[in-house]
Amino acid sequence: MLQAKQTPPESITPEAPRKGIDLTLNGEHFRHTGDPKMTLLWYLRDVLHLTGTKYGCDSDQCGACTVMIDGKRALACETPMAKLAGSEVTTVEGLAGENGGLHPLQQAWIDEDAILCGYCQPGQLMAAAALLKIKPNPSDADIESLPNICRCGSYVRVRRAIKRAAKAMQGDA
Amino acid sequence: MSDSILRLSRRRFLQVMAGTAGALVIGIGEVRAQDAPSADVPLAMLGDDVTALGPFLRIEPDGRTLIGARDPDCGEGTRTSLPRIIADELDADWRQVIVLPLGPKVVNENGNARWRYGRQLSGESASIPAAWNDLRQAGALARWLLLQAAVRRSGVAASQLRCRDGRISAPNGKSYSYGELVKDAAQQAPPQTPPPLKVPADYRYIGHGAGDVDAHAIVTGQQRYSSDRFDGDPLIAVVLHCPYVQGKLDRIDTEAALKVPGVKQVLPLEPEPHQTLGNTPLAPSVAVLAVDTWSALRGRDALKVMWKQTGREDESTEALFKQAHALLDSDAEPTTHVRSDGDIDAAFKHARTKIEQVYVQPFVAHALAETMTCIARVENDQAHLVIPTQAPQQALSLVQRLTGLTPQQITIEVPRVGGGFGRRIDQDFVAEAVMLAKAAGQPVKLYWSREQDLRNDPYRPAAVHKLSAALDRHHRIIGWRMHKASPSMLTGRGVSADRLWTSEMERDALPAGLVENYQSSWWGLDSGLPRGETRADAHTVNTFAEQAFLDEIAKATRQDPLDLRLKLLGDSDRSLPYSGRGGAIDTARLRKVLTLAADAIDWKKHRTNGHGLGIAYAYIYGAYCAHAFEVSVRSAKLVIHRVVCAVDVGRAVNPTGLEAQVIGATMDGISTTLGQAISVDQGQVQQHNFKDYPMSRMAHSPRDMQVIVVPSEAAPMGATGIAMPSAGPALANAVYAATTVRIHRLPLLPELMRLL
Ligand code: FES
Ligand code: FES
Repeated sequence: MLQAKQTPPESITPEAPRKGIDLTLNGEHFRHTGDPKMTLLWYLRDVLHLTGTKYGCDSDQCGACTVMIDGKRALACETPMAKLAGSEVTTVEGLAGENGGLHPLQQAWIDEDAILCGYCQPGQLMAAAALLKIKPNPSDADIESLPNICRCGSYVRVRRAIKRAAKAMQGDA
Repeated sequence: MSDSILRLSRRRFLQVMAGTAGALVIGIGEVRAQDAPSADVPLAMLGDDVTALGPFLRIEPDGRTLIGARDPDCGEGTRTSLPRIIADELDADWRQVIVLPLGPKVVNENGNARWRYGRQLSGESASIPAAWNDLRQAGALARWLLLQAAVRRSGVAASQLRCRDGRISAPNGKSYSYGELVKDAAQQAPPQTPPPLKVPADYRYIGHGAGDVDAHAIVTGQQRYSSDRFDGDPLIAVVLHCPYVQGKLDRIDTEAALKVPGVKQVLPLEPEPHQTLGNTPLAPSVAVLAVDTWSALRGRDALKVMWKQTGREDESTEALFKQAHALLDSDAEPTTHVRSDGDIDAAFKHARTKIEQVYVQPFVAHALAETMTCIARVENDQAHLVIPTQAPQQALSLVQRLTGLTPQQITIEVPRVGGGFGRRIDQDFVAEAVMLAKAAGQPVKLYWSREQDLRNDPYRPAAVHKLSAALDRHHRIIGWRMHKASPSMLTGRGVSADRLWTSEMERDALPAGLVENYQSSWWGLDSGLPRGETRADAHTVNTFAEQAFLDEIAKATRQDPLDLRLKLLGDSDRSLPYSGRGGAIDTARLRKVLTLAADAIDWKKHRTNGHGLGIAYAYIYGAYCAHAFEVSVRSAKLVIHRVVCAVDVGRAVNPTGLEAQVIGATMDGISTTLGQAISVDQGQVQQHNFKDYPMSRMAHSPRDMQVIVVPSEAAPMGATGIAMPSAGPALANAVYAATTVRIHRLPLLPELMRLL
């Protein structure tokens, strides 16, 4: 086998920086180089295979794809990647604490068994998490403003879980 | 060969075998080559239910206990409740239990194909009743074998040993984990007679609540549904169906679509002629196949497709309702005389009071959370599928038919499913995926948008009920007519014309048996919309009409709606013959749930705050259910303040799961009653997405809900559907009490706004 003698190149031409959209996702840096019109939903699911974020209508009507963008509730199916340059996105996979401990909402969901088929629940959790950020002690009316659809009808327990988590988080504070 | 041996050899065997690495494996039928069977146990030990067979239980030397869950879990909680039945008899440590889903498997038994795990179907609230005998027996057998191993090891008699939490302990303080014993246990000769089952007082899991086994995975986003899988790196197939109730592809221009980056193919699909509904695509379609969903969706948008109506151009739901009214008002012979007691004409002739009312209920779509999807990889000598199905065995037969492969060449995985409610008993979407994978020559993953899902569904049939009651001067109901017109759910499913009524009517529906003169008749209607099974099936529409009508009788005769119902049920305890599923109706159990619900909502306390109360009951699939609602309607805003639901489902295997099912079914009843309707005009479904097909959100959920489970020693009944039928009428009755507006046409909310 021929062993080419390693000679350092005269000069290094750095590869042209690939154009793309830089964003932070669950604390990590990502660069999207595909179609900037692609929505966050399909970027997460099809490109990254990060499938905790679900789809239910792909048109702004069900909440299955709820994530947080810069700490606010947002729908991944309505958010083109182009809008996300420099943004911080949190999906259900990033809801748990860094130490691996569950978010109080996740724990409350388990404690209340707020799950039927479970498909809508990541979206419900993210919507609830965004709500608790602005209303740490939500009233029934606040909770009723949540637009997420649960086809299986787990609302009674979701409501209880949100209240339970709110209590737990206030206890922490 | 003696007769009895011959008989045994033809039946199925519960096999005890030493698994690899010394695990104790208790399964049914086929053995993996490396797992040498050590003994066969006759089927009789599995309990009575020979058609429902198939737990799979494996204990590893390290104590982990793997339990197979044979029925798909679409939110019914069977992945939790069925394994707990086994774990209880086994005295396993629940924390060490790992639940594995079992796909359908066919094994060759002396040339006869047989299902390895017995019946595998998630539907009709039937998983628990079917599993009650065989799963407990499988657990008991494993426990017995472990006990024998412990006897040998310790020299202590079995009667002195105690099993608990995956350990066996002797009075002398010695104790052994199941993991230590499995190797010996697998060598034990099985017992000659079935080991005894526990007495209920010893249950540690059955009757004690447990959260969903997948809860942690779900709340952390780790749970993989079929739609979250990418097996075989499939092309995404976005499907566009013909928008007409009856139509076909006319012209298609694929040029622009194929230019979209990532788009690979555009394929038309046709339902096969001569296949029954549910075994072939519901409608003609065009699929855009691309490397990812985004590209496929762009391709779909660029597609130019022209469809042609090939009949039913004028079909409309309004015309269907008109036709129903005309039939019910005429003297036309019904399609089927369902039941006739006493002399109904005489009862009406001599009645002091006659009351009549018509109820109109629309087509309803399933609108499952996870829309139709399916991953199909079809090769010359094998196929692999990931299917969110309620009927894995039907899916396997379908794949076999479409591919020509043998069952052994086909692998089907059924991950946790995003909702079922009867929709996924039909396998039309599986047919689409398989046909596309074959045509494309590579793996395909099906994607139905919400629009496609809502507009192509085996819908719940619309129904028009005309109820009439004849009362004597004591306001006693002496005559009851239930006349119904609906398109049958069974049309197109290979059912003979004289049986089409069976999906629409219960011959012995209440108040049959309670009213001397009773008549029920059914008129079949024609519609091009496909129809299919739904949660609780026709019980929902029939109970709505019946229980809303009882309130109208109460109103007309100035009786309290609860008192009227109690009077109708009578003071004495009766057993009313019932030919439908569930067996005889026990009026005492029905009265009990009704009274419990009424007391818990404080029925007799007059509300002065403008709140209205409503109550209703239902008997369904052997279970008893009553709902009481408290609502208010202020400035056109409906608030459901409180709901009580009392149920008697026999023994509650997992009370936590049961409560979840009751909450879910109640919400389904609310959502269906309040807003959902599919309608057809000019041969096209009019709804598109949740904007025009409103499903209830948090705002219409009960602010407070109490579930009362009647303690019972009776065999457990399934729970998925039972709390659906009485929720709607109790809600409508409460709305009436709060507003004096009586709703005769669903969905309720638009009707209420119109009438307020
Ligand atoms: S998928 Fe985004 S709101 Fe429904
Ligand atoms: S749990 Fe099934 S959709 Fe919410």
